[in-house]
Amino acid sequence: MSETEKPAGDGERLARLRRPATAARKAAAPPPPVEAPAPTPRPTGTTTMPPVGGDNVLLAVNGLQKHFPVTQGIFFRRQIGAVKAVDGLTFSVNKGETLGVVGETGCGKSTMGRLLTRLLEPTGGQILYNGHDITHASTHQLRPLRREIQMIFQDPFSSLNPRHTVGSIVGAPLKIQNIDSPENRRRNVQELMELVGLNPEHYNRYPHEFSGGQRQRIGIARALALRPSMIVADEPVSALDVSIQAQVVNLLSDLQKEFGLTYVFIAHDLSVIRHISNRVAVMYLGKIVEMASDTDLYEHPLHPYTHALLSAVPIPDPEREQKRDRILLKGDVPSPLNPPPACRFHTRCWKAQEICRQTEPPLLEISPGHQVACHFPEEKDLVG
Amino acid sequence: MITILYLPAVDAFGLIAPRLRVPPAGVLPGLPTGRGAVTAPLDVAGDVAGSQPGALLDGVSSKSIEGRSLGQIAWIRFKRDKFAFASIFVILLLILFTILAPVLNKWIGVDPTTNDINNLNIDTGIGLPIGHFGGINGSHPLGVEPRNGRDIFARIDVGARYSLIVALASTVLSVVLGTFFGAIAGFFGGPVDTFISRFMDILLAFPQIIFAIAIASVIEGSKSGGGLWTHIILLIAIIGFFSSPYFGRIIRGQVLSLREKEFVDAARGIGASPGRIMFRELLPNMYGPILVYSTLIIPVNILFEAALSFLGVGIPPPNPSWGSMLSDATGSGLYQIDPWFAVWPGLFIFITVMAFNLLGDGLRDALDPRSNR
Ligand SMILES: Nc1ncnc2c1ncn2[C@@H]1O[C@H](COP(=O)(O)OP(=O)(O)OP(=O)(O)O)[C@@H](O)[C@H]1O
Ligand code: SF4
Ligand SMILES: [Mg+2]
Repeated sequence: MSETEKPAGDGERLARLRRPATAARKAAAPPPPVEAPAPTPRPTGTTTMPPVGGDNVLLAVNGLQKHFPVTQGIFFRRQIGAVKAVDGLTFSVNKGETLGVVGETGCGKSTMGRLLTRLLEPTGGQILYNGHDITHASTHQLRPLRREIQMIFQDPFSSLNPRHTVGSIVGAPLKIQNIDSPENRRRNVQELMELVGLNPEHYNRYPHEFSGGQRQRIGIARALALRPSMIVADEPVSALDVSIQAQVVNLLSDLQKEFGLTYVFIAHDLSVIRHISNRVAVMYLGKIVEMASDTDLYEHPLHPYTHALLSAVPIPDPEREQKRDRILLKGDVPSPLNPPPACRFHTRCWKAQEICRQTEPPLLEISPGHQVACHFPEEKDLVG
Repeated sequence: MITILYLPAVDAFGLIAPRLRVPPAGVLPGLPTGRGAVTAPLDVAGDVAGSQPGALLDGVSSKSIEGRSLGQIAWIRFKRDKFAFASIFVILLLILFTILAPVLNKWIGVDPTTNDINNLNIDTGIGLPIGHFGGINGSHPLGVEPRNGRDIFARIDVGARYSLIVALASTVLSVVLGTFFGAIAGFFGGPVDTFISRFMDILLAFPQIIFAIAIASVIEGSKSGGGLWTHIILLIAIIGFFSSPYFGRIIRGQVLSLREKEFVDAARGIGASPGRIMFRELLPNMYGPILVYSTLIIPVNILFEAALSFLGVGIPPPNPSWGSMLSDATGSGLYQIDPWFAVWPGLFIFITVMAFNLLGDGLRDALDPRSNR
């Protein structure tokens, strides 16, 4: 089974496999917006945006925080600090759209994903799913929510239990949530496998018998099994070979069209999410520094950090690739244990002024749907 | 849980080889160190064999591994370790020897507790065995004890029964206790972990032999006086209890590293209960280390039992055990005149301990090839 031989005919297979139930759901879900949906405008000058309450909003997050305590001591553990992995996120995700989230390693993307799927308990803030507050929902209350929000994991090797067969991995959600009878399970699982482009005859194989790309497909099948409305994909292709990344991204976007899925798609560079996202949020050290529609962000990036990320995206045209500015960030992301005060980016920003070290720039809406947190926002043409 | 109880117990009665030859799918392979046994290149476009876990495959030609499970690969590796492979046969022979003890003794016409002074040279005053090599002759294959004239062969094979029963049963106990508490400590963490871990540290720092002697003498002095089986159960309890922290620590470490794997998050993400995560997700990944370390704890427990019997708080006389035979030989100083008296039990303890150690090492290398690199 060669990964590269796989034909691009995923859409066709999806059409064949469409089931009445999912077709109905699809019809009910609004089509993915072509243009970026404009969030309700807010007066400039406020620092936090109340979660948007519109009909179209599936998930709204307000001031979300996750601080991991750092403790010391053998018998009595004292807290000596906190890793501020996620420190005040406010955004919303509309039904059927894809929100891309980018940022360097360690800036809290995975932590955010785990908070949204409530694998972690937030330290502060609020998460509203479909209008319900799930911020501190108990394990018991979360059970039905699991059918709604699913996650695709970053590491195709550690995300599949090496002791379980593909059949039992993909079938586990069905079993745990009592979705189907054991007699039908094999058929359901094989249908799911086919849906994500796996050979259903490999039902009894173990994860080690598959390549990274195929393993990621197994993870996708597991996430799809409960027919969720929303999927948080945590760098689903970062660990994969470049030649396979596109196939997996295409599969995800075909599935989105098929089932009207809402995605939060996490990546560490802008090139991967360019084609799948409707809106993009740029994260730095636990905070959103810029959020805009896909086209706005690529064509009119405002934050210096976004500029740096964009300058790393390769341009297909070699002539322009030669001529353009390259921004190389110096140093690593500072430790979230002790983030720089005021603007967290000032230690690496080439435009930093005194005010950047004194006052934190609020996340402000500069133009409709385009928010940025910088004292000196400036447009820069980096991608063209 | 049942499987853990089952493995060493079943193996003790001679099923090691068949179990290893056809390992239940997913039971044996790979110990979860680091990223687990699977460190294949991230994406191998190619056939299935190309994406097999790299570490396990070292030296196994890629042709020969096609379509093999991790268990089969581990078995191939195990077979290449000649010493470990031979140790299986030694252990099987030993177990057969133990089971057949009554039959053998009847056939030869010997008994472990019958004093036979006809074979002793009363003239020496001490009662040394008549003949060379500790009195080996047609009716006494390994000679007789000095002073009592009891048959050494019969005492060795019946003693093997008690030594192995105590060692295996206490290993099962320590595996069960160790797995249970180690898993709870690792899984729940926090204060639970602190409490269990400190308790295990205390147990490890405890003067176990002295404690065992104290308990045994209390039983000795009690009304029941302590029959053979009371002593055996007591030995099992003491040895099992005190060797469980070794196991508990290993399991705790395993759970700590497994708990961080994304497949655990994935299980929680679909609504799995803590029980399911513990038993269905984590435990199957620990069968490898459990098997290896229980094999390695068996010889330690054999020596522990021998030590206790040697000190006189083990199997009560006149029942034989390897440790008390050694004690009889050395305690009376008789081994200086009749070394064969001490050689036989010593040799059997040595061979048994060696065989289990080699088996354990071989299993570890086969299941986790990176552990000794
Ligand atoms: N359970 C935890 N306990 C303590 N610190 C944690 C924990 N999980 C994450 N962190 C810390 O939080 C920060 C953000 O981690 P996170 O995994 O969310 O980053 P990320 O953006 O997903 O990075 P990557 O691109 O490498 O996946 C890191 O500094 C990390 O060390
Ligand atoms: S606020 Fe200042 S330091 Fe921060 S990104 Fe803007 S210019 Fe740079
Ligand atoms: Mg991450």
